[in-house]
Amino acid sequence: MDDKSPYLHPQYETLSREELNKLQLERLQATVKHCMNSAFYKARFEEAGLKPEDIKSLDDIRKIPFTTKQDLRETYPFGMASVPLRQCVRLHSSSGTTGNPTVILHTQKDLDEWANAIARCLWMVGLRPDDVFQNSSGYGMFTGGLGFQYGAERLGALTVPAAAGNSLRQIKFIKDFGTTAIHAVPSYVTRLYEVMQETGVDPRKDTKLKVLAIGAEPHSEEQRKRIEQMLGVKAYNSFGMSEMCGPGVAFECQEQNGLHFWEDYYIVEIVDPETLEPVPDGEIGELVLTTLNREAMPLLRYRTRDLTRVLGRTCPCGRNHVRLDRMRGRSDDMMVLRGVNIFPIQIEKILMQFKELANNYLITLTTDDDNDNMTVEVELEELFTDDFQRLLALEKDIKRRLKDEILLTPHVKLVPKGTLPVSEGKAVRVIDKRKVYQ
Amino acid sequence: MTIKQLSIFIENKSGTLINVLDLLSKAGIQIIASTIADTKDYGIYRILCDNPAQAYIILKESGINVQLSDVIALSIDDAPGRAAAAIKQISDAGVSILYLYSFLWKSKGVLVFRTDQSEKAKETIMLNKMNFLTEEDFR
Repeated sequence: MDDKSPYLHPQYETLSREELNKLQLERLQATVKHCMNSAFYKARFEEAGLKPEDIKSLDDIRKIPFTTKQDLRETYPFGMASVPLRQCVRLHSSSGTTGNPTVILHTQKDLDEWANAIARCLWMVGLRPDDVFQNSSGYGMFTGGLGFQYGAERLGALTVPAAAGNSLRQIKFIKDFGTTAIHAVPSYVTRLYEVMQETGVDPRKDTKLKVLAIGAEPHSEEQRKRIEQMLGVKAYNSFGMSEMCGPGVAFECQEQNGLHFWEDYYIVEIVDPETLEPVPDGEIGELVLTTLNREAMPLLRYRTRDLTRVLGRTCPCGRNHVRLDRMRGRSDDMMVLRGVNIFPIQIEKILMQFKELANNYLITLTTDDDNDNMTVEVELEELFTDDFQRLLALEKDIKRRLKDEILLTPHVKLVPKGTLPVSEGKAVRVIDKRKVYQ
Repeated sequence: MTIKQLSIFIENKSGTLINVLDLLSKAGIQIIASTIADTKDYGIYRILCDNPAQAYIILKESGINVQLSDVIALSIDDAPGRAAAAIKQISDAGVSILYLYSFLWKSKGVLVFRTDQSEKAKETIMLNKMNFLTEEDFR
């Protein structure tokens, strides 16, 4: 592939809408047919009185019943496989906090396609074979590890499986290996920057960093900008989920105007989470994905619980793969407090506007005297005063701005920097101690 | 006339002081006086020491929320009524005090306070020929 080409797979990336839809229909029909090898889908189709031949157009996808995480749990571990186990070469599993974990199986072809998708994403944001890619993401079952490893290798970059944690060693690698790109969860990038500051490393002068891939953890546009300013690099939003292999489902292009979902790999639907009917472009709804080229374990109309919206179906970058907004929350991590729907990301967005505050925060929901309350603890970035009155005034100001956003007044508690738990995987942002959930 | 005081933002939780004190002691910093003011959720730990600039860097580099604040340290005789007289002179001049603490040092009383009207405070101290301490005195 010519390094100067903006596309790694021009034959797929630059398809017109018509060509994309044609390809999607062919792949959907083949996928549905293939799904009949799965005991789960065979039964599902029979229950619905549906035959693979009934899928004659892309719109016919709406005849197919949804697949949910609950279905994955109930068929744990191998009940959804569409190929015999001997054809599978890997499985990934997500942690199961509320019952069985979920398992995703892969054939060798699945792994190849997954690597191709990630290579395409990284190429799109400017990586080439002479780049050094440090993958500071958890390995093991967490798909961001092996996924990016194989993807960056497929692209031809020198790939460092640094994994998460041990920030001093990470920074040494960045300097010694001339790392040009990092993949990490956003809260860990912030942590790396803090350690750089503590150890006198100037990312602009002392490193060759130019690109960050951030994902796996909801974050606001404000947080992205903050990260870009910290390290003096471009940070691109990566989207994936273990049920869809992992990362590589969608990625921002250099326009940074939304996530391109690869429509040669997936059919993207946005539905109203209540009625399950499609919502018009621009309106927020739940993302529903259908895999188009998976062998071991295709998923039809999988309800992701991620809330987003269609931003556009064309892009100055030349790709017509649908652009979706960053995830606006999940239909299942939405907090309902005193009848008000609140997303943690709304609170983060406000907190990030205060330069006095650091990035780490924790939302705790409690029931006190039968009233539901929210406490927002947030770390102070700099002690800018030693006057209590000014600290109290800051708390008041944060409260007022939060109230404007979420329509109720939380308790706000400033805490010293470094006191909130920092996980090197996904940051825990909400703790719900309310009676109703006990 | 003002001297540098460390102001440290701390959680109201056991163990948080030890962390700060350990760092200072390892660096050989001598604490002259210290005081804690607290609310329900957090406190500000204020320290006068022999090398505030170095102490500030050490704490800052350890990720602690710390600020160097300018305070005034008046030296008064260790006798009844001297503190009252000094404070009266300050407040008669219309200088408001944000916080104040006192300790004995080399058989003298020391009154440490912070004000947002430091120019006026300095003027009052000069006009009334009050004794004050400088950072040199604590080295």
